[in-house]
Amino acid sequence: MIQDLTRTTGASAAPEPDSAITNVSRRALLGGAGALVLALAVRAPAARAADEPKKFGADGMPRGWRDDPTVFVAIAPDGTVTITCHRQEMGQGVRTSVALVVADELEADWAKVKVVQAHGDEDRFGNQDTDGSRSLRHFFMPLRRAGAAAKAMLIEAAAQQWKVPAAEVTAENGVLTHAGSGRRLGYGEVAQAAARLTPPDRAKVALKDPSAFRYIGKGKIGLIDNRDITTGKAIYGLDTRVDGMLYAVVARPPVFGGKLKTYDAAEAMKVPGVVKVITIDPPAPPVEFQPLGGVAVIAKNTWAAIKGREALKITWDDGPNASYDSDAYRATLEAAVRKPGKVVRQEGDVDAAMKGAAKRLEAEYYVPHLVQAPMEPPAATVRIAKDGTVEAWGCVQSPQAARDRIAKRLGIDPKTVTVNVTLLGGGFGRKSKPDYFVEAALCSKAMDGAPVKMTWTREDDLHNGYYHTVSVERIEAGLDAKGMPVAWLHRSAAPTIGSIFVDGADHEIPIELGMGLVNVPFAIPNLRMENPAAPAHVRIGWFRSVSNIPHAFAAQSFIAEMAHAAGRDPKDYLLDVIGPARVIDPVKIGDVWNYGEDPSRYPYDTGRLRKVIEAASKGIGWGRELPKGRGLGIAGHYSFVSYTAAAAEVEVGPKGEITVHRVDIAIDCGTQVNPERVRSQLEGAVVMGMGLALTAQITFKDGRTVQDNLDTYELTRIDSAPKVIEVHLVPGGDYAKPLGGVGEPGVPPVAPAIVNAVFAASGRRIRQLPIRDKLSA
Amino acid sequence: MINLTVNGEERRYEGDPEMPLLWYLRDEVGLTGTKFGCGIAACGACTIHVGGTAVRACQTPVSAAAGQPVVTIEGLSPTGDHPVQAAWRDLNVAQCGYCQTGQIMQAAALLNDTPKPTDDDIDSAMSGNLCRCGTYPRIRAAIKQAAGLAPKTDQGGRL
Repeated sequence: MIQDLTRTTGASAAPEPDSAITNVSRRALLGGAGALVLALAVRAPAARAADEPKKFGADGMPRGWRDDPTVFVAIAPDGTVTITCHRQEMGQGVRTSVALVVADELEADWAKVKVVQAHGDEDRFGNQDTDGSRSLRHFFMPLRRAGAAAKAMLIEAAAQQWKVPAAEVTAENGVLTHAGSGRRLGYGEVAQAAARLTPPDRAKVALKDPSAFRYIGKGKIGLIDNRDITTGKAIYGLDTRVDGMLYAVVARPPVFGGKLKTYDAAEAMKVPGVVKVITIDPPAPPVEFQPLGGVAVIAKNTWAAIKGREALKITWDDGPNASYDSDAYRATLEAAVRKPGKVVRQEGDVDAAMKGAAKRLEAEYYVPHLVQAPMEPPAATVRIAKDGTVEAWGCVQSPQAARDRIAKRLGIDPKTVTVNVTLLGGGFGRKSKPDYFVEAALCSKAMDGAPVKMTWTREDDLHNGYYHTVSVERIEAGLDAKGMPVAWLHRSAAPTIGSIFVDGADHEIPIELGMGLVNVPFAIPNLRMENPAAPAHVRIGWFRSVSNIPHAFAAQSFIAEMAHAAGRDPKDYLLDVIGPARVIDPVKIGDVWNYGEDPSRYPYDTGRLRKVIEAASKGIGWGRELPKGRGLGIAGHYSFVSYTAAAAEVEVGPKGEITVHRVDIAIDCGTQVNPERVRSQLEGAVVMGMGLALTAQITFKDGRTVQDNLDTYELTRIDSAPKVIEVHLVPGGDYAKPLGGVGEPGVPPVAPAIVNAVFAASGRRIRQLPIRDKLSA
Repeated sequence: MINLTVNGEERRYEGDPEMPLLWYLRDEVGLTGTKFGCGIAACGACTIHVGGTAVRACQTPVSAAAGQPVVTIEGLSPTGDHPVQAAWRDLNVAQCGYCQTGQIMQAAALLNDTPKPTDDDIDSAMSGNLCRCGTYPRIRAAIKQAAGLAPKTDQGGRL
């Protein structure tokens, strides 16, 4: 236990170049070897029979969850409480939130709480794959139990020392008290004795009544890493420094599926500092999380590696995607949605209802490829010891996946691979795919195990990404005489994430269909959703909010178009299309996935969607008089089992220039563990949603990404960001209700709200993102 | 050979004079608070002060810093309590935090030149610094707080 905990390289503990030194210093920090005393064997959740019914939530994830106090809590004799965070920090505040949940149930004094980052070991910690907006959704209860169990052990140890019944001992803010005798002990004074006790049965662990919460739901705790971040001490993947470290970059095939034909490293080897040039084999399909192959330049510093790569002479075989052109592909997708496709949900008789409709409407929407572009590009460092064990450091959302993929590529047991997780300088889905860890491992192997840091430059990030899908969405509706829809036909054509796992897969998979294509809650009697085939020509990967982005953009834009055709107020009309507040079984609206959650615990509650739409529209002052050239737009969407709505105030200038003055965004995510971070996630989602609405796009020509860097892949900057972003949190506090996601649900309604506001301001309907200069023509 | 002063410390460098300060600081000196984001001065993550002016370390060769004081985030304040740093913590500006050292260095330079910046001043000084997490509203608020234009909130402390 001591060994394991000290192996975890926390962000606050990595400045030392050598991990052995890091370990020593942390032991000193915590009061010497043997200080981490809550140290017992790991208890896995009880084994389940293979024929048990479908599992949901954390139970349904690989390696599930753990709630063992000895895995998550260690208390030193000086009272320092060390909480292990097994979910990766990428800006969502999870290191703070995980710690405050454990600390609350533990009744720890927050001033004495430290957080260490778990290494990748899902057998030990439960699932660690930090995506899908589910860290707290899945681990709120297990972490509460871990904290409460640790508190029970401390109470029991104090009771034994005092020879009084445990029921007479109370624990509060780091102090144990026996009221009858007035005796008091700090947590650190009984921690060693507590560690010798058996953790209590989870069924018998008493959790706090929420009214007694000290930190949960309060939103008054500053970020645990605030000081390190603001002083430059915070360690990200790219900041890893290990004694004797070398630095590498890779020249990868510019076209997906391409291969190295010839290369000449003579000039590269002449660059001072370049040590070695090696080749990396291309992946055998499916590409999954494998490196793309190419030529790696290993050097004594990053600059030399980059200069060396520039000096390589390479010819590529571009392979089957050499002619991929995003303009041509858009036409392909448009042709696809104009013909019937695979039916993925059907209610009533759409064709008959269309024929009988008083009015028919149709529109096509386009969302281009995007790339996550976290501010820190992918980075990993790997060294291989003489005994063959591997140690890795880096920014990764899925450290167990990094461990498994390194082991697979090197042909070794994953248990001999340790993946230390640094802070992530953003993730947004890119760092769920640990191809760069495997590249670093191959370079280390080529250098007889010397530590090698793999750096992706920004050009690499844009040229060789796991791109957000590209899509054309066609929606047709039939309206009755009052303008209300009687039929809805939505065809979505978009290459699937499934294509990186199954070569040639060309239909959206349930996780994509369930992101707002099939599972719309509209009160429309006849609906049909279709998914024509769309082959992938690049690596498709998840991007924050994933397929919710194109699906919500199309549906929420189209409903505003329907409102206009009906001569109705867009907000009132949207609420009418959603219909009255009611609870819907997700399965009955074609969604067998529902973000992996139990449909009975997480039904689709249209009342909650209505409420956030009302909150956002109230916030922005819906219906108020606006200066000329300004308009308001609104959109609402269900994603990651949360409900969000955005309302935007936009000005369109005489030359078509767009200013987003204000965005109000409302969320109902159930219980809010850390409302302050919920707010920050929603503020950020507005900015990201605005970027993809207005400027961001990845295009391809001759199979190659056109955009090279952040000058041409244009993201929102401070001068164009809204001056006012107001976040409205539907009050939480009902802890009987399950948690929804927070990190991703904010993005999908933003682009349609902006585009709807552009229409209100200018009368011009945008159906292709990004808007860029489309209004200036 | 190039003589440099980094955070008040004299240093000698004998490598490629064209190496950008970014890689010199990170790989050779071990000051990793200066971040790599783009390599073409398009994101501001590598912002440092050379001769009192905010510059992009990724586009500044080591040779250009000869004889001038170089200050990185690690040297902005001996205690880490520069008003900009304090305001950043008070308002919990950071999300992932990666770009924030560059943002802070840029904001500190702005307040040095313009102690009471307007929104337009903030826009023009800070628009070279990207934040993919979208912390701009809080960056703006923190600059105003550091300038004494807005009160402290006490939101970002340990409790």
